[in-house]
Amino acid sequence: MVQRTVQIFPPFERFYHWAQVVLVILMTYTGFRLYGIHEWMAYDQAVLWHTYSALLLMLLWVFAIFWHLTTGTWRHYVPTTDGLIHVMRFYSFGIFKGEDHPYRKVYWRKHNPLQSMAYLALKVLVFPLIWITGIAYLTYRLWEPAAGSGFWIEIVGNLHVLAAFGILSFIVMHLYLMTTGHSIWHHIKPMFNGYDVVDLTPAEEAYLEQDEPGRIKPAE
Amino acid sequence: MMSVKSLIGIGFALAVSGAGAALAQEAATPVSAGTGTTVDHSKLEILQKDFATGPEVTAACLTCHNQASDQVKQSIHWDWDYEHPETGQDLGKNNVINSYCVGVAANEPRCTSCHVGYGWTDMNEPPPQAANAVDCLVCHDKSDTYFKIPAGAGKPFGKEVKEGAVTNTGKPAKPVDLTLAAQSVGLPDRDNCGNCHFYGGGGDNVKHGDLSSVLHNPDESIDVHMAEEGLNFTCSTCHVSNEHQWHGSRYNVTAKDTEGAPPPGQRHDVSTCESCHDTEPHDSLTLIGFKLNSHRDKIACQTCHIPTYAKGGVPTKTVWDWSTAGRMSDAGKPYKEAKYESASGKKKPTYVTQKGDFEWGEDLEPEYYWFDGQIQYANTDKEVVPGEIMLVNTISGSQDDDTARVWPFKVMRGKQPYDTERNRLLYPHLFGPGSETAYWGKWDWDTSFEAGAAAAGTEYSGSYDFVSTEMFWPITHMVAPAKDAVNCEECHKKDGRLANIAGIHIPGANPMGPGGKLGALILALTLAGILFHGLARLFGRNSRKES
Repeated sequence: MVQRTVQIFPPFERFYHWAQVVLVILMTYTGFRLYGIHEWMAYDQAVLWHTYSALLLMLLWVFAIFWHLTTGTWRHYVPTTDGLIHVMRFYSFGIFKGEDHPYRKVYWRKHNPLQSMAYLALKVLVFPLIWITGIAYLTYRLWEPAAGSGFWIEIVGNLHVLAAFGILSFIVMHLYLMTTGHSIWHHIKPMFNGYDVVDLTPAEEAYLEQDEPGRIKPAE
Repeated sequence: MMSVKSLIGIGFALAVSGAGAALAQEAATPVSAGTGTTVDHSKLEILQKDFATGPEVTAACLTCHNQASDQVKQSIHWDWDYEHPETGQDLGKNNVINSYCVGVAANEPRCTSCHVGYGWTDMNEPPPQAANAVDCLVCHDKSDTYFKIPAGAGKPFGKEVKEGAVTNTGKPAKPVDLTLAAQSVGLPDRDNCGNCHFYGGGGDNVKHGDLSSVLHNPDESIDVHMAEEGLNFTCSTCHVSNEHQWHGSRYNVTAKDTEGAPPPGQRHDVSTCESCHDTEPHDSLTLIGFKLNSHRDKIACQTCHIPTYAKGGVPTKTVWDWSTAGRMSDAGKPYKEAKYESASGKKKPTYVTQKGDFEWGEDLEPEYYWFDGQIQYANTDKEVVPGEIMLVNTISGSQDDDTARVWPFKVMRGKQPYDTERNRLLYPHLFGPGSETAYWGKWDWDTSFEAGAAAAGTEYSGSYDFVSTEMFWPITHMVAPAKDAVNCEECHKKDGRLANIAGIHIPGANPMGPGGKLGALILALTLAGILFHGLARLFGRNSRKES
């Protein structure tokens, strides 16, 4: 095993991440305005920003889903129990004793088992919940003549808000976890320049040196 | 260099040719220009005489307009009788009980002074039969000089007017020159309709709230359609008529028009907003326009576009409590108090011995209800439940009713008499100078109710009390300019304008509903977990440092 600096976030993924950050912040702020939690914006302006951000985010997701599927990146999120117990034990006990994180990042698997499960839940449960209810909300006029629409719009609205709080909770957790480990910058930097230190087997190292030299920085 | 003489010559020539051009112009422009008519009535031979009475004028009108009288007699303006096509209820002024002066029966000469005819003195009889009993002038006089005597059963003022007489508009009465009025006739303008409809309920804006003297000459902030400096609509621009039948009914309202604006040559029979603005009135290509258009399915145009009514300094009556009527001054005389001062500085009565206590309001926010256009009247059909609010009329509609939308209303509140044995509303006999039974003069409710019941064809048991009542008046006039329409946040907030409306989802109206509460709980648990975890990490690090 050798540690090398390898590009683990390609440009699209970084763009996808930061664009999502901007849009989700905008939508949370304007969404909470629309929901009545604060009044620091004119209502019609909030409608405009919330809706256009939503349309952009959905467009971004279309590209992101395509990217995940065509590049095989979706494999990062396949749940696994391999090492899960160790990670859970680390966050519940070891972290308090100053132990090292048990998970060793590899270039084809950038998340630890707990992390990938959390992302999977976000991507297959919470995100679809918010955009399905969001689209239903946006297109209410089309299904409003249906029987019971007055009841269902309440369900849609409540689920939409529930999902929004779910995403917000995720973000809070996401930010908190950046305080674990060596430094916050250590966690953020890879999302800017794409590179992180990962463990490579000699075969992996040889492959990257040989076939993807752009992804691996020269050994120090 | 031109001589002075030749300069004068040129000037003279120019002046002459200019005058000639002006003369030519005058000759080419008929006097009736701008009146939209092909007849100058002042030139008609039959109108060149000294008319003594209204019916004489009508007889002259009918020599040319030989169908007009029959047409008017087919209208609700004539018989004050309306059988509701949906509910079968007998409505019209002839039948209904309201929460103002209650009912017409027994009080004819006062009430029928606003009838489009002459001499309807008994509501148990149909209006007078003669063809020339129809009053053409009240709707068609364009000289603004024709006024009816307030208690004259439709008769206009004569050549001589009693000292201190006033018209029903509250202005000093002037002698009426029937010849002048007859020669001035044309299509009705705002004054013709307004001289009765703006003063319903016994005074300026008393009844409707959205129809007041301000609409004689409104500006755009009062009514964007009727503004003199703007579109300058008359009433009949929207209340289109055909053969003296008008569209736009308060008993049977088109609460939701799904047909929209007609192509040329078709459908000219409705007075809905959509009949001009069509069913998608906002710009669908903008997001906000698209959103507003989708509001239209459940929210009436009026709900956003009439943010307030009783505008322009003319208040409307909001409470009328009959139960306090009859108090006398220390001198034992009927008296008046006027403690309300309108924005325009006019004093309004707050107590009158004849009528009881009043409250007034102006620039009022309407109240909102589901409305399918159908109004039922309690009249004497509906039972009064003592101690409960009696609804003098009821409006219907709900979210799942495709013909209903949320409409703005003036809700008139008050107390009015009912029969405590029969539990029905009562018709009082109020007006009738010299009468033995009129309350205004005799001050005896029992005889008043007896006479009222007899005139209305109902009964009176002999015991009465006053019950709290509410009455609903749809608000549809005084449409504000678009910039003044109700803002989104006036409804999209907690306890907003539509807080009482059931069955619609208003984002922002219920912050922290079930979804929000559960979500906030998840967020709170996340934060608590982080706090706990973070503290444990800190504690662990410190204890490691110490060791």
